[in-house]
Amino acid sequence: MNSPLPQAHGLTVLIAEDGAADRLLLSSIVQRQGHKVLLACNGAEAVELFRQQRPQLVLMDGLMPVMDGFEATRQIKALAGEVLVPVIFLTSLNHADALTRTLEAGGDDVLIKPYNPLLLAAKITVMDRLRRLQETVLQQRDLIARHNEYLLNEQRVAKAVFDRVAHSGCLSAPNIRYRQSPYALFNGDLLLAAYTPSGDTHVLLADFTGHGLPAAIGAMPLSEVFYSMTTKGYGLGEMLREMNAKLKRILPVDMFCCATLVCVSAQRRSVEVWSGGMPDGYLQARAAGQRTPLISQHVPLGVLKAKAFDHSTQVLPMHPGDQLFLLTDGVTETIGPDDQLFGVERLQRVLDSNREPQQLIDEVEQALRDFQGRTRDDVSMVLITSQLPEHPGMPVMLYTDSGQCSPLDWSASFEFRASTLQQFNPLPYLLHLLMEVHGLRAQGAVIHSVLSELYSNALEHGVLGLDSRLKRDAEGFTRYYRLRNQRLAELQRGFVRVSMQVMPCPRGGRLTLDVEDSGQGFDVAKMMARPLELDRFSGRGLNLVRQLCPAARWSEEGRKSTVEFSWEALA
Amino acid sequence: MAVTSHVSNDGNKLTIAIKGRFDFSKHQEFREAYEKCSLKSPQVVVDLKEATYLDSSALGMLLLLRDHAGGDESDVRVVNSNSDVRKVLAISNFDKLFDIN
Repeated sequence: MNSPLPQAHGLTVLIAEDGAADRLLLSSIVQRQGHKVLLACNGAEAVELFRQQRPQLVLMDGLMPVMDGFEATRQIKALAGEVLVPVIFLTSLNHADALTRTLEAGGDDVLIKPYNPLLLAAKITVMDRLRRLQETVLQQRDLIARHNEYLLNEQRVAKAVFDRVAHSGCLSAPNIRYRQSPYALFNGDLLLAAYTPSGDTHVLLADFTGHGLPAAIGAMPLSEVFYSMTTKGYGLGEMLREMNAKLKRILPVDMFCCATLVCVSAQRRSVEVWSGGMPDGYLQARAAGQRTPLISQHVPLGVLKAKAFDHSTQVLPMHPGDQLFLLTDGVTETIGPDDQLFGVERLQRVLDSNREPQQLIDEVEQALRDFQGRTRDDVSMVLITSQLPEHPGMPVMLYTDSGQCSPLDWSASFEFRASTLQQFNPLPYLLHLLMEVHGLRAQGAVIHSVLSELYSNALEHGVLGLDSRLKRDAEGFTRYYRLRNQRLAELQRGFVRVSMQVMPCPRGGRLTLDVEDSGQGFDVAKMMARPLELDRFSGRGLNLVRQLCPAARWSEEGRKSTVEFSWEALA
Repeated sequence: MAVTSHVSNDGNKLTIAIKGRFDFSKHQEFREAYEKCSLKSPQVVVDLKEATYLDSSALGMLLLLRDHAGGDESDVRVVNSNSDVRKVLAISNFDKLFDIN
């Protein structure tokens, strides 16, 4: 040791010694070293004094009347509990068996007669250091335990609040199965699902970088955007732009959010996908036994500035009964023995051997259990089955105002021209306007479906001149959407007009909707003569409109469509 | 050292080399590597020849470096990455932000 230990002083030292001379000698040595002294003549007195005054250190003779030092030490150590009260045995013997006995009884050191004041001082100093060390360890342990409890409690509260937000959507719908590790949120995983006004399903699976609360923090604004925009009828593109801009604004530079956002439309037999930074998801066509990987094509959310952000989506055919399997990297990056990753190939083997789709998630979990040494807390999986709604256009929108100020006699007409059609989706605004008419709210979902179909028909078949027959097979489907994006980007001329007329009737009212476009039109008589078929890709839109609105009619050689909705006066 | 850096003789190019796992444990060293030198025309090369693995916090660190080097105007190259590392960069489409070869 380079420097002498700073000498301990100011301790309370209990001296248990039946010999009066030794007791006096020790007492004066210890007092001279600056400590307070308690004196006991036997073990029983020592235990009693300890109980009353809790000295910090004990000098203990071995052989004493009434109770010997060994028993007294055992009792004192028991009373002290976790606190270290060093006991130094005083002995004239230098025998190994005597030393062993003192240690067995819980003694920490031995001082051999005759007493050397310097040696005693050094021993007291060393023991005091041990005592303090133990005290610090205990304090820190308690502090950590307290912090941990505090943290767990905060997480419990945050999770409870968040679950209420996250589960306000349709995660519990029969066509959605999912599994998340209990505290996946605090590893940055987020899973949300909600119906659009026309009954399609939006699902967002996201994974924020980082762990703990920082990773969970972005989940709130993201879910707010997801729910409010989905309910209002916005498409994926607009939601993605909003989510990206919001996260870019609030997250620090090195944090971002990997995400897959999908819109599953059983009515249109399609799924629209955007994926940035997530491991491949899979689209499984049951009938064809085909599996298409959904590959991340974008930079994650929250990285790029608005003008550089790419919200372009992929549209793939997806029939009722087909399934979409999405996962976070906690699955493929689960680490097994030998530091091996579970990996994509093992996952694909599980997908290959799956027979009963409803069991898929269980099978993946089982494979992870069979594989891994360590469980991870950031595993999220979701399986979405495309399923036609039982009643097309279920009412999903909720309104909180029940005021009487409903506009009942008005008309409005909009003309959306080329540069607007390229980058703006007017449907949420139009729908919002119509839903101010209280009598129409019960039919909001149907109105949204019909208006969406008429608008996209006017845009795609009318203005862009796309042939719906292209969509007959999966390949054509992809070509159709590529062509759609290309023609839209190059669009110079053209318009879609939407006119709405709301008129009161003696008992209720009526909405008349006209959607007109600048395209070539089509052979109305031929189309109307075709039977209503559900399981075709092409012409889906018109079929759906005719199903939902039997009185729909087309004029101006197919360039204009008209539908009506009426309602009875509210009770 | 797990993170080493040197500046070219003309002072125009900073090279940062990572050895072993590129994850949060390198956060401090990595940041110091580019914060300590002020370059006039900051071309930065991140050499991942000896990096065995890269996680999402490393992606975040690369974004911080990009921001430090001028954001959209920055010239940051990520070179010599092995196939595992390239896969991680590809999933997040970081080739749209960095020159990756």
